[in-house]
Amino acid sequence: MRLSCTVNGTPRQVDDVWEGESLLYVLRERMGLPGSKNACEQGECGSCTVYLDGLPVCACLVAAGQAQGREVGTVEGLAPAGELHPVQQAFLEAGAVQCGFCTPGLLVATDDLVTRSRAEGRTPADAEIREALAGNLCRCTGYEKILDAVRLAADRMAGDPR
Amino acid sequence: MSTPTRAPSGAPSHLTGPGGGRVGDDAARPDGVLKVRGEFAYGSDLWMDDMLWGVTLRSPHPYARIRSIDVGAALAVPGVHAVLTSDDVPGEKVYGLELADQPVLALDVVRYQGEPVALVAADHPDTARRAAARIVVDYDVWEPVTDARRALGHPTWNQVHDSPAEVTELSRESAHLHPHGNLVRHLKVRRGDPAPTADVVVVNEYEVGMQDQAFLGPESGLAVPGEDGGVDLYVATQWLHVDQRQICAALALPPERVRLTLAGVGGAFGGREDLSMHVHACLLALHTGRPVKMSYNREESFFGHVHRHPATMRYEHGATRDGDLVYVKATIYFDGGAYASSTPAVVGNGGTMGIGPYVVPNVHVDCYGAYTNNPPCGAMRGFGSVQTAFAYESQMDALAAELGMDPVDLRCRNAMEQGSEAITGQVVDSPAPVVELLRRLEAMPLPPEVPTGDAVDLRDMPGGVSNSTHGEGVRRGVGYAVAYKNVAFSEGFDDYSTARVRLEVVGGEAVATVHTAAAEVGQGLVTVEQQIARTELGVDRVTVHPKDTAVGSAGSTSASRQTYVTGGAVKAACEAVRARVLERARSVVGRPVADLRLDGGKVVSDLEGVALPLADLLGDEAVEETLEWRHRPTEAVDPETGQGFAHVQYAFSAHRAVVDVDTELGLVKVVEMACTQDVGKAINPQAVVGQIQGGTAQGLGLAVMEEILVRDGRVQNPSFTDYLIPTVLDMPPVRVEILEYADPHAPYGLRGVGEAPNISSGPAVLAAIRQATGLPLTRVPVRPEHLTGT
Ligand code: FES
Ligand code: FES
Repeated sequence: MRLSCTVNGTPRQVDDVWEGESLLYVLRERMGLPGSKNACEQGECGSCTVYLDGLPVCACLVAAGQAQGREVGTVEGLAPAGELHPVQQAFLEAGAVQCGFCTPGLLVATDDLVTRSRAEGRTPADAEIREALAGNLCRCTGYEKILDAVRLAADRMAGDPR
Repeated sequence: MSTPTRAPSGAPSHLTGPGGGRVGDDAARPDGVLKVRGEFAYGSDLWMDDMLWGVTLRSPHPYARIRSIDVGAALAVPGVHAVLTSDDVPGEKVYGLELADQPVLALDVVRYQGEPVALVAADHPDTARRAAARIVVDYDVWEPVTDARRALGHPTWNQVHDSPAEVTELSRESAHLHPHGNLVRHLKVRRGDPAPTADVVVVNEYEVGMQDQAFLGPESGLAVPGEDGGVDLYVATQWLHVDQRQICAALALPPERVRLTLAGVGGAFGGREDLSMHVHACLLALHTGRPVKMSYNREESFFGHVHRHPATMRYEHGATRDGDLVYVKATIYFDGGAYASSTPAVVGNGGTMGIGPYVVPNVHVDCYGAYTNNPPCGAMRGFGSVQTAFAYESQMDALAAELGMDPVDLRCRNAMEQGSEAITGQVVDSPAPVVELLRRLEAMPLPPEVPTGDAVDLRDMPGGVSNSTHGEGVRRGVGYAVAYKNVAFSEGFDDYSTARVRLEVVGGEAVATVHTAAAEVGQGLVTVEQQIARTELGVDRVTVHPKDTAVGSAGSTSASRQTYVTGGAVKAACEAVRARVLERARSVVGRPVADLRLDGGKVVSDLEGVALPLADLLGDEAVEETLEWRHRPTEAVDPETGQGFAHVQYAFSAHRAVVDVDTELGLVKVVEMACTQDVGKAINPQAVVGQIQGGTAQGLGLAVMEEILVRDGRVQNPSFTDYLIPTVLDMPPVRVEILEYADPHAPYGLRGVGEAPNISSGPAVLAAIRQATGLPLTRVPVRPEHLTGT
């Protein structure tokens, strides 16, 4: 089948997509966007988290056809080329990146969390951060520095009205 | 040579860091920006235009003879390019890290569920999977051997590697199959009085389940056939050269025709020390003449790598009334599963460090590793020490209870210190601050009391928001444990690393390039390599060359050894480069070499106030040195007594755990973890703390949730749905305090860091749960039914 959707703001079209291919597979293998990761392909780890029409989803659980005509946002689209999104910057500074395999999914989930709380004019409390990130497994960090990164990003973004 | 072409970047390219950061600084990772942008190419991201996908057909049975394999229907599937079995392995048909006993593809017998039997390459991964499902394998299914003690205790029991039934033509030809039954190794440690007596004796049996490394990045690689009949393999691994050696043997190719480059690694923790898809992808590439990518899914990953050895352990501790340890007797059984992997070395660690960092005059330890038809077990963070620490630390608590002593006081009273003798007779000749680690933990403030009544936030309760308790039946416990772990490879292993360092001037700026084959698996070695080169050569810009087999071996990224050994090699190579540069500068500056140093891209003489830019001194000439570097030698222990200088260095850490237990439902909530660790010298403090927090999480996981459940040799839970690893809701805040007592024998005085926190965290959690519940709890992971007695 032919799949048409918007990815990171750019209209994309791919042909010969098989029934049964996930959005994750199409992004990674057919569109050349391997930033979203394939750690479990079972919806358990969150490494493949992307935006679908503005809501975070596990791309491995979305059949490619379900993305037809919709907007997809991946880690590659978080910041313009050559720049870093405040969440990306915070993960680097806080030492929240070790092997980094969980990082793209966590960045999307964190961006969603801090964007939502900023829209409400506040920064997320620790318990709220933990709940929001509970679907993203990280095997390397023990999460402490990831929490540091989220707090840092939330604080910085709170003062930025974009 | 063609390289993977995926945009972005294909195989990891040279990494030049954000600049800045010397030894002792919180330097930034050179691969960090790529990783947060999604541009870092992990093994599963590699891609070439005309590549095929490889998949593995695995045995559904833990133990069976293969009567026949029919690949006809699979070959007939459109899009399939090759279907291979063991007949297509041109060289050695078995491989292994220490003993070559594991078939590349099943020969005539499969010995564990998930053993690779056949391979398929096709133009789409689904095609390959559908074709693999059409391969017809006729199995004669046998009763599996699934208990390590029974495997060893019954000489007439089916021998996993020596039953007469399996001696076919193939296995008879293969001289490497283990000929001696089910014992992989028996290590004895004997010290002092063989029949000691004591005032107080505590005896218990302990059991540790099978833990998985559960790294997130799946086993993946891309094999590209070369024009010379060889192959280039881009792969996520821990030790390129040991892979290369085994691949060469299997492919019957010389090393120069099997070239490996490290692909991005998404965590390892020991699980990538053995081969997985390496030879398979190369075989398919050589057969099809096309690049072949293999990437396991999560279920296959559970079958495709070795796990942590499950253990059953009997410990007897004898002490005086005052609390001085008189003797320890221990019998330790490690279930090695179907193939040896690194079981001999795991047994070595389990035995030589099997009573913990304590001084005991009389010791009698027997440590066994056995073959069974369970999944193969090998390296995992903590390597043979995690299991025994659960036992010996539990024993210290049990003994303290028996004596009516404080458990920390009992530990401190018997703690090893610098100058003590380990149970191997080896004198501990560097700082061993066991007492200080424990006392510092005790001095840390405790988290606020367990909340009650209206103050209860359900999210803080065991069971969380599922409304299981509002605080009734919740008891708090606090527990302590210490870890003691050898750093680097022991027992006489020639444990070296190789570094090539080049200093040159590029665009007017002095640039150092560091080339080693040391695998970066996420721990941050690439950062450390840059920090050392900046420190030793006084430059800001340091490029880390891709990790490949074009330079000599760096050994394994395991045993907490890379910062020590490859760090040592980089330091030595930098010193050699520096000596040559300063020698050249001597006449120009007009000062003896002793008065000169490198700083800010210049040769500096403080006395004369001279600063000669390297651009002027070197011009367009590069200074390069390649060195092998070894730590001081260790020796094999005496086979009858376990005595000898077995370990080059020890790492020490301690944990305090605070837990809340819902004693009605058996649910545990870890409230806080605190860790003290002596790291000798923190080369990169931020990364050190990250290692400690990550290791703490894995130890906590084993204590309360992580286990591969194996029934009759069959894995019950090969998924992240059923194999649970801690989420951010399971992990409490982790307080970390690091000590830096320099080890006089190590580069910069550093100590390996990665494993110790993984060893002490679990026993501390267990101690805390025991304190909360009053239950003996001799098995990990602890399950709700253990806590409720149901
Ligand atoms: S890869 Fe999609 S949730 Fe794990
Ligand atoms: S950094 Fe490795 S999984 Fe999170």
